[in-house]
Amino acid sequence: MRLINRKPGRPLALFLLMLPFALVFIAYAIGSDIRLSENPADKLLPAPSKIAATAERLFFEPDKRSGRILMWHDTAISLQRLGLGVGIAALIGLSFGMLIGLLPHVRATFAGFVAVISMIPPLAILPILFITFGLGELSKVVLIVIGITPFLIRDLSQRTLEIPREMIVKAETLGASTLTIALRVALPQVLPRLIQSVRLSLGPAWLFLIAAEAIASDLGLGYRIFLVRRYLAMDVILTYVLWITLLAFVIDLALKKLSERLFPWTEAAL
Amino acid sequence: MSFVSASNIFQSYNGRPILERVNLEVEEGEFISIVGASGCGKSTFLRLLLAQERPTRGQITVDGNPPAVEPGLERGVVFQRYSTFPHLTVRDNIVAGESFRRPWGRFFGAERKAARARADETLARIGLDHVADNYPATLSGGMQQRLAIGQALVARPRILLLDEPFGALDPGTRLSMHDFLSDLRAETGMTVFMVTHDLEEGFKLGDRVIVFDKPRWDPDDPGAFGATITYDFDARNGGFPYQTIKEETHVLRPQ
Repeated sequence: MRLINRKPGRPLALFLLMLPFALVFIAYAIGSDIRLSENPADKLLPAPSKIAATAERLFFEPDKRSGRILMWHDTAISLQRLGLGVGIAALIGLSFGMLIGLLPHVRATFAGFVAVISMIPPLAILPILFITFGLGELSKVVLIVIGITPFLIRDLSQRTLEIPREMIVKAETLGASTLTIALRVALPQVLPRLIQSVRLSLGPAWLFLIAAEAIASDLGLGYRIFLVRRYLAMDVILTYVLWITLLAFVIDLALKKLSERLFPWTEAAL
Repeated sequence: MSFVSASNIFQSYNGRPILERVNLEVEEGEFISIVGASGCGKSTFLRLLLAQERPTRGQITVDGNPPAVEPGLERGVVFQRYSTFPHLTVRDNIVAGESFRRPWGRFFGAERKAARARADETLARIGLDHVADNYPATLSGGMQQRLAIGQALVARPRILLLDEPFGALDPGTRLSMHDFLSDLRAETGMTVFMVTHDLEEGFKLGDRVIVFDKPRWDPDDPGAFGATITYDFDARNGGFPYQTIKEETHVLRPQ
């Protein structure tokens, strides 16, 4: 039987799913063990047990100086920045994407402009943002918005253009105005795609968030990682990295489930 | 002046002629089947009738009105695919036939209720009432086309344009769709244009069968000349217009 036709059974599939995670964990544990047996004070690869202990301390014990549990404050402020940035970018991306996709005049005006703008590396203009918007919340949110909006506009205008012409013409023969076609034909079909595009742009959004926090902030997940780097506190850094990964994964999964719940027709098939 | 009148239509894309000198007069209530080889401008002509495109030269008028510049309520259309809205349930697809002309494209309150009730009646008539809450993607090809035709008809167009509506259906479904379309047409008496690849279908359903072909052909440059209407058959009585027995005789004849 050809390899392309061999499929793993359910137990094997579950095993294979866990395998890379287990391998990475084992490799880390062995590496950490080797280094710690040579030098018990080694900070580079802390033992998994130490990371677990650190995680417990970070999540449940308040900070000695401020009396707050910093982990939760970091998480809340970072998620707020991320949510604002991604939300604003999604709104701009959706409206401009649909306008460009539906109206030839807007397309002629902005399609080329957006294509050029999207080539600007957002991190290169981060200093400009700090100078213009100050070091507060605004510049961080604006960096995320600037970072992912051009991608969203391009992707959503393309999706709008891909709506079969037949469907638009059909709506026209039913007497629909441009507004009606936009709201009742194009928008419902672009919305599921918006959620997909947002899922794809969450990676870059996290990148821009952590970059902005690392440079100028006094609270936030990215700020904390870069702060404790000075003390070589790998156990804290790894805890934060794992936490960010978990958050990103959960957000992605939630968006996927939301899309399935809101747009049952995308799953519909004979 | 006939109901639909196409006079001296030329259509070319990037200088390549597709249609040349197309003239057609159609009376209200006629069923016109359009046949021809692939690439002979059948669908182009249908798009011109639909006002989705405008001819390079010549004009098409309906009921003596000035030529349309874009598709509108006057014309209904069913394509081979993508004629229903995938994000609306079957019932809402029918309601859309009435509600899309409204300012926000929808009905509100009591009107909405009434429209849904009317849609359910329509669905019962076209045999889709048992799937009213499903999405079109869950329907078979024949059911989807029935829905598309039903949706086009609730908008009450004066002309119905069909672009190979049954092209993707199996032969059995096709036959039942023929009956469905004949019944609807007898009910509404509307003018129909249907592009088809199936000659038998064209003669069975149409009052007239018009054939698009290229009268001139350059073997070195097949795209040099456009197509036009080369035949216009009377397809009533199975395509034998002169064999209607008008006399009362004692000879037995088929009922």
